[in-house]
Amino acid sequence: MKKFDILVGIPANLSMINIDTDMIIPKQFLKTIKRTGLGKNLFFEMRYDDNEKKIEDFVLNKEPYNNSSILLTGKNFGCGSSREHAPWALLDFGIRCIISSSFADIFYNNCFKNGMLPLILEQKKIDEIIEYSKRKQNIEINLTKQEIKFGNKLIKFTIDKFKKNCLLNGTDDIAMSLEKKEEIKLYEDSLKKNKPWIN
Amino acid sequence: MPQTLYDKIWNEHIVYQHDDGTTLLYVDRHLVHEVTSPQAFEGLRLSNRKVRKPNLTLAVADHNVPTTNRSKGIEDQDSKIQVEELEKNCREFGIEIFGMNDKRQGIVHIIGPEQGFTQPGTVIVCGDSHTATHGAFGSLAFGIGTSEVEHVLATQTLIQKKSKNFRINITGNLLTGVTAKDVILQTIGKIGTAGGTGMVIEYAGTVIENLSIEQRMTICNMSIEAGAKAGLIAPDEKTFKYLKGKPKSPKNENWDKAVEYWSKLKSDSSAKFDQEVEINGKDINPMVTWGTSPQDVVSITESVPDPEKEKDEDKKKSIIRSLEYMGLKPNTKITDIKVDRIFIGSCTNGRIEDLRDSAKIIKGKKVAEHVNAMVVPGSGLVKQQAEEEGIDKIFKEAGFDWREPGCSMCLAMNADKLNPKERCASTSNRNFEGRQGRGGRTHLVSPTMAAAAAIAGHLTDVRKFKN
Ligand code: SF4
Repeated sequence: MKKFDILVGIPANLSMINIDTDMIIPKQFLKTIKRTGLGKNLFFEMRYDDNEKKIEDFVLNKEPYNNSSILLTGKNFGCGSSREHAPWALLDFGIRCIISSSFADIFYNNCFKNGMLPLILEQKKIDEIIEYSKRKQNIEINLTKQEIKFGNKLIKFTIDKFKKNCLLNGTDDIAMSLEKKEEIKLYEDSLKKNKPWIN
Repeated sequence: MPQTLYDKIWNEHIVYQHDDGTTLLYVDRHLVHEVTSPQAFEGLRLSNRKVRKPNLTLAVADHNVPTTNRSKGIEDQDSKIQVEELEKNCREFGIEIFGMNDKRQGIVHIIGPEQGFTQPGTVIVCGDSHTATHGAFGSLAFGIGTSEVEHVLATQTLIQKKSKNFRINITGNLLTGVTAKDVILQTIGKIGTAGGTGMVIEYAGTVIENLSIEQRMTICNMSIEAGAKAGLIAPDEKTFKYLKGKPKSPKNENWDKAVEYWSKLKSDSSAKFDQEVEINGKDINPMVTWGTSPQDVVSITESVPDPEKEKDEDKKKSIIRSLEYMGLKPNTKITDIKVDRIFIGSCTNGRIEDLRDSAKIIKGKKVAEHVNAMVVPGSGLVKQQAEEEGIDKIFKEAGFDWREPGCSMCLAMNADKLNPKERCASTSNRNFEGRQGRGGRTHLVSPTMAAAAAIAGHLTDVRKFKN
């Protein structure tokens, strides 16, 4: 997994609430057997008209936001279906950090598995960044220091320590869990004894 | 210390715990379908890893399969590749799969319980958010992403942090004509689609106790629409009776041992919940969604909301957007809303009881002329049972399309979809924009309400319904 440390980019503002994973990537694009290539269909129904032409008004179609790596968005982002295609599509488009006042659980977890940082901030602070995003200038997200810098402002954020370290190190979760092979084996032995019907 | 049911199941499954509470949790049951698994198997291959416990995983193709005649295979090339890929992966890694022509094939959350694969006290996961369904058996069941599917395949565990405890008590009794679907829609309307974020919901109270197992599944199924990690209900005699004799249920002495263990699975009476909500059964009416989020819900006796009355600017904006998408005017009576399509099916309401209940409503009647109605049984076994009972005839005689099992128009990944602006009364679980087809307009309802709407040609109160 790609490491996440410092990210510099122009934030794009899509301040709708309850954006679900169907909106992030509609089901017709789930028929793929790959993780890549989904970026062009990100937010498909908001981004393209009925003739599949780009809707000029949509933020991610506009310069310079079409190259944004940071997305500012409304609360409960990523609700609905568990499809990991949603973070894959964001990542393939180039977005590595999403900032919202709240995320749906599965989406939130899925981001970390792909080296992406879903950041939870109070709406008030997000509003400040939204204001700043109109300048079309870079902001800097520093995961080690847990801070966001824009202009001469600085916002601190909190994040689960375990998840932070996984991102900083680009940890392979599976390899990490396989290091606990012994513990898993012990658990399975006791399962055989105590709940033989499980397998 | 007194514990909740969730605490108990969690504690029983800890393989390893880090200092900060991050836990390696054992997974007893893993369900796999074609859409969220190909990249996981590919990941295993790339890193040269094996499936740790192939016998704890069960696979089925459901999202993409056609619901019409299957003898010609799958026409859509991408769908075909995905379904074939699942079969190939299962063969390679030694996982049991119900193929497209197996009569046990069906929606992943219907076949698990049907086979007795779903059991109380287990941790059950699947790369699908409606895994919450299985919580109806008192199991900790939740949806995961594809990377986690790969993690489970390789290690039979997951890295998790514990969620909070939330109890929803549904007290008293339900009024006639009110179903489990109405209970959960009303609950979501009350707590909102983010009301359960970061929590596991335990449903309790007399209404829940009196529900059948299938109805309990309907409730747990939509926990995800309330934002919860999982929903669960303590197992009881009904649960054990349901599971007894199912192909994958424990047998002989293991059955007795299992029942003894399962009987202890309930929250201690003095257990503390982080949050509790109470709803009185008598306050629940048949419910209908009017918007594009499951929390946009009103009772059938009410009207479409008026955004002008909403003070919160964000909410007002979202109501206006929803109404525009849904093609509805503020203050329209819900019963005046005409429908074009009816969909009875999905993992929320595609089980045999759902079909029986809706068949009772339509028996001897005809689907309104302008309405196109279809029934998609949740599994091959549900379909077979319905046919043995003559339910298929009732539907067909009324003018319904009687289909092969699968997810179908619940998410419209196969050929079954709404056309732009078509309006559908649907027994599924999501009314998101485009969910049932681009531009399609979904009203979530119970199976009996869908049946009544099919006959009436518009949304109607099933309690007053006469043709
Ligand atoms: S029936 Fe609908 S909600 Fe259920 S698994 Fe299939 S697509 Fe998902």
